[in-house]
Amino acid sequence: MTAPPKVKVEKLQAYFGNRHVLRDVTIDVPPLSITSVIGPSGCGKSTFLRCLNRMHELVPGARSEGRVLLDGENLYERGVDPVHLRRRVGMVFQRPNPFPTMSIYDNVAAGLKLNGFRGDLDETVERCLIQAALWEEVKDRLRHSALSLSGGQQQRLCIARALAVEPEVLLMDEPASALDPVATAKIEELMHELKERYTIVIVTHNMQQAARVSDHTAFFYLGELVETGPTEKIFTNPDEQRTEDYVTGKFG
Amino acid sequence: MILRSHLVRTFVNHAVTVLCGLMVLLALFPLGSLLWLVVSKGVPGLTFAFFTSLPTPVGEAGGGVGNAILGTASMVALACLVGLPIGIGAGVFLAERGDHAFGRTVRFTAEVFSGVPSIVIGIVAYGLVVLPMRRFSGLAGGLALALLMIPSLARTTEELVRLVPVSLREASLALGIAQWKTSLRIVLRTAAGGLLTAALLAIARAAGETAPLLFTALNNQYWNFRPDQPTASLTVQIFNYAISPYEDWHQKAWSAALVLLLLVGLLNLAARYALRKSAAGVRT
Repeated sequence: MTAPPKVKVEKLQAYFGNRHVLRDVTIDVPPLSITSVIGPSGCGKSTFLRCLNRMHELVPGARSEGRVLLDGENLYERGVDPVHLRRRVGMVFQRPNPFPTMSIYDNVAAGLKLNGFRGDLDETVERCLIQAALWEEVKDRLRHSALSLSGGQQQRLCIARALAVEPEVLLMDEPASALDPVATAKIEELMHELKERYTIVIVTHNMQQAARVSDHTAFFYLGELVETGPTEKIFTNPDEQRTEDYVTGKFG
Repeated sequence: MILRSHLVRTFVNHAVTVLCGLMVLLALFPLGSLLWLVVSKGVPGLTFAFFTSLPTPVGEAGGGVGNAILGTASMVALACLVGLPIGIGAGVFLAERGDHAFGRTVRFTAEVFSGVPSIVIGIVAYGLVVLPMRRFSGLAGGLALALLMIPSLARTTEELVRLVPVSLREASLALGIAQWKTSLRIVLRTAAGGLLTAALLAIARAAGETAPLLFTALNNQYWNFRPDQPTASLTVQIFNYAISPYEDWHQKAWSAALVLLLLVGLLNLAARYALRKSAAGVRT
């Protein structure tokens, strides 16, 4: 089966000032699947992710070149509003970052409320919290501060918050690296369910995690995409020596 | 040797603690004596009528600072109406978009202006408002107080907004919330507690100023409900009473000073209560 890629990246370059951090990255992200991005620290994984929803350019001095196509439409075309784009490509960050002054309910509703959504907020909040596997734990205290939750719960709240604006693609930047193993397992379980409806790209430092959750894996090294393919192949029979060395733990 | 160094360290620990405690007492002493002086000298003249009636001529019993309370309140309110949005808005701008030549110029200007003596601000307001209108007015007084508030408020707001973690901004932007909404609805809301304190300090400072009002609002012995007329204020009234040669007026100066202190204190408490109330909507 060859469904057209959800996201198609062509010759993507990214810079911080004069530093060239991503070189000539070309990759296809298949729809309704999980693609993991692995590689040693500083190899450009996070930058790559942030180029997919144009968050990269928010850092002073940062810029990028090349094309990123979402359903065939170039995100970097003139006239594309990054604000609208980010509603289609959601993001979950490394550290849980709920809005500290808002309740659990308001955190989930924030993206809708501030974007002028007029509909049944209650229904949407409940649905997103159920999707993020958090509803049962918080349904009796929706008005409590988001900071009253544990780290793992906060991260699932952030996922619910991202889902509320109904994105098509969900970017996850090491979503479990600040969490304990139990919370990590919950997030991974959740990702399996989410891929039925969303296309997920996850950056991870944890190779077991990549092997466990993803359908496709991309290995980055020193700002270049070394190899990409089905996860099983990358971990058992990669084409490149550098990939094999990395996944078997010889370096990185 | 080990024992000795231990003894020395314990001694130094205690000595430094005691020294710090002494410094705290020393710092609190002027504050305490100020409060004591104002309260003890002010209370005897404080009656209910003092809050509600007009000043009386020398020698006539009774009389109060009702019109001055109203004047101070209305001019401070005007100053807030003008000064808070501009000051806070400028602060947000400096924090979010202030990293270029224009921003640096604004920041430098705000820094210079927050050091300008308040009497100079008064002269500026005199030139800008009093001269063209050809009369002293509460409007001019309120604007002078606003000018006084804006620079320091802008700088404080900038610092407070910069303290809000980048991760919150990014969380908001990643939800497809526009930059300006992120600044106003997410970042400012997160900094709200600090901003309230900053605003209260600015208000307290404005309410306590005399110099910018001397030749803008001037003073008024009667009730005044028009912004284009000379307006009484507690501070100018205190000044007039205090420099007079009459014992009776000296008493009124002390009482008026106590009233000013009470008003600023009450405002402070009320705002803190309101903030706690609004924070209680979100239970931790």
